[in-house]
Amino acid sequence: MLRLAILLACMALPAAAEEVVLGLSKDKVAITTNFDGSEILVFGAIKREAPISETPLDVVVAISGPSEPIIVRRKERRFGIWVNVESVEVDAAPSYYTVATTGPLSEVLSNVEDLRHRVSIPRAIRSVGAPSTVADAQSFTDAVIRIRKESGAYSVQEGAVNLDEQTLFRTSIALPANLTAGDYLTRILLTREGRVVSDFETVIDVRKVGLERWLYTMSRQQPFWYGIMSLAIAIAAGWGASAAFQFLRRG
Amino acid sequence: MQIYLPIAEVSVNAFLLLGLGGLVGVLSGMFGVGGGFLMTPLLFFIGIPPAVAVATEANQIVASSFSGVLAHLKRRTVDLKMGTVLLIGGLIGAALGVLVFNYLKSLGQVDLLVKLCYVVFLGIIGAMMFVESLRAIRNTRRGAPPKRKKHGWVHKLPFKMRFRTSGLYISAIPPLIVGVCVGILAAIMGVGGGFIMVPAMIYILGMPTKVVVGTSLFQIIFVTGFTTMLHATTNYTVDIVLAVLLLIGGVIGAQIGARIGVKMPAEQLRILLAIMVLAVSGKLALDLLIMPSELFSLGGAGGGH
Repeated sequence: MLRLAILLACMALPAAAEEVVLGLSKDKVAITTNFDGSEILVFGAIKREAPISETPLDVVVAISGPSEPIIVRRKERRFGIWVNVESVEVDAAPSYYTVATTGPLSEVLSNVEDLRHRVSIPRAIRSVGAPSTVADAQSFTDAVIRIRKESGAYSVQEGAVNLDEQTLFRTSIALPANLTAGDYLTRILLTREGRVVSDFETVIDVRKVGLERWLYTMSRQQPFWYGIMSLAIAIAAGWGASAAFQFLRRG
Repeated sequence: MQIYLPIAEVSVNAFLLLGLGGLVGVLSGMFGVGGGFLMTPLLFFIGIPPAVAVATEANQIVASSFSGVLAHLKRRTVDLKMGTVLLIGGLIGAALGVLVFNYLKSLGQVDLLVKLCYVVFLGIIGAMMFVESLRAIRNTRRGAPPKRKKHGWVHKLPFKMRFRTSGLYISAIPPLIVGVCVGILAAIMGVGGGFIMVPAMIYILGMPTKVVVGTSLFQIIFVTGFTTMLHATTNYTVDIVLAVLLLIGGVIGAQIGARIGVKMPAEQLRILLAIMVLAVSGKLALDLLIMPSELFSLGGAGGGH
């Protein structure tokens, strides 16, 4: 009787049956002066009380940088020259977004689940309320994805997650050098036949440290003195070079 | 060696920036131009956000023109009196220019207007200088004596002042007007204005080329210093790390440039500047005429120009 109850409970709550135990090679990324990108190893195990199910398990790892609104402009030829004619504001687009999976994304995650969890790149970008004067608002969102994919800020890495014995998984995510500081939301989704059976979230903290942090804070909090400091450095450098060259000429 | 820029939030090669700064610095010292019209597009190209590039560029020009002015002061090729008159006009013009810029921004299409300004002004000035200096070179080869300065309308105006260094006795009104016009354009186009100022001084005011360079640099220091403060306090887009890297190269380059400039014949100096101005203008014109490979562009919401 008790066994049957447990079994029923397991079937009713499949999400609780398998849990992600996650490890990150680092959960803080410090942006120093010589920061040149970073590689983060995302690894973990799946904890479960019940025996491994027959249907194969898939893992989706998604990391997204801080979101910000962006304006997309489209050029058109007017009077022989190319000018911006239309613009659409995309309400929130992550500055960085990477999805890594164990297999093709369309097979690993069903459309419905993708909509709910906002995993694939088009879903991760939120765009509402394009002005009615713009005929095809979708092409503007597509442009964001295309441009950011080309610059390496967005990527989909199908098959990049290794899964052993349906229990151990690992993947490595490369963070580019031109990283925006902020909280990088890291999500791990476990799926079976396209359905999400469990999910786990954590945050990778990307922060400027040392000189970078000091300069950034000063530029925002004491802009006047920051400006004066910039000018002082410029004048000093100009004078220094002049003096040095004169010294060289004499000596 | 990669360096992460705190305000631009990109990582760039430090030696590349030093080299760029040096190259533009040499040109700056040689021709008395700030070099902003060359450096800003180069910074866009290596991936610095436009707003940061324009603001930081202003700060870097302060350094390279200060270094250049010191070199010119030693040679007594700076007309401080003329520079001050131009500067007064320039600051009035810059203030007017900011008003014009904000008005155009409210209408939209300010980017296009800036580009058209560049193409038209650079094109006209470059072509005029090119033709004139070519003629001057031919005349000196033929051994014909250089023409006396014409006494046109410029010399008939009141408020005459004596500019000893330039060897001129002219009214203060034309330099003031030149200053105001350059100030307006500088504020709209986000540059020091040297490339407009230098030809205006040579052809409208009739100043000797040697004096023009130092005097132009003198007033650029103040105009760009003003611009730097404006950007730092309103847009927070001055990247001090980027500025330092650029200006280390810039100040050294400016010193070398000033020495090259002194040794070179004035006509050749002018023809080189003309070619450079024409090249930049041609490049910008092509950008407007040729279909871009990517029709869409991304910009921050509420971002600058």
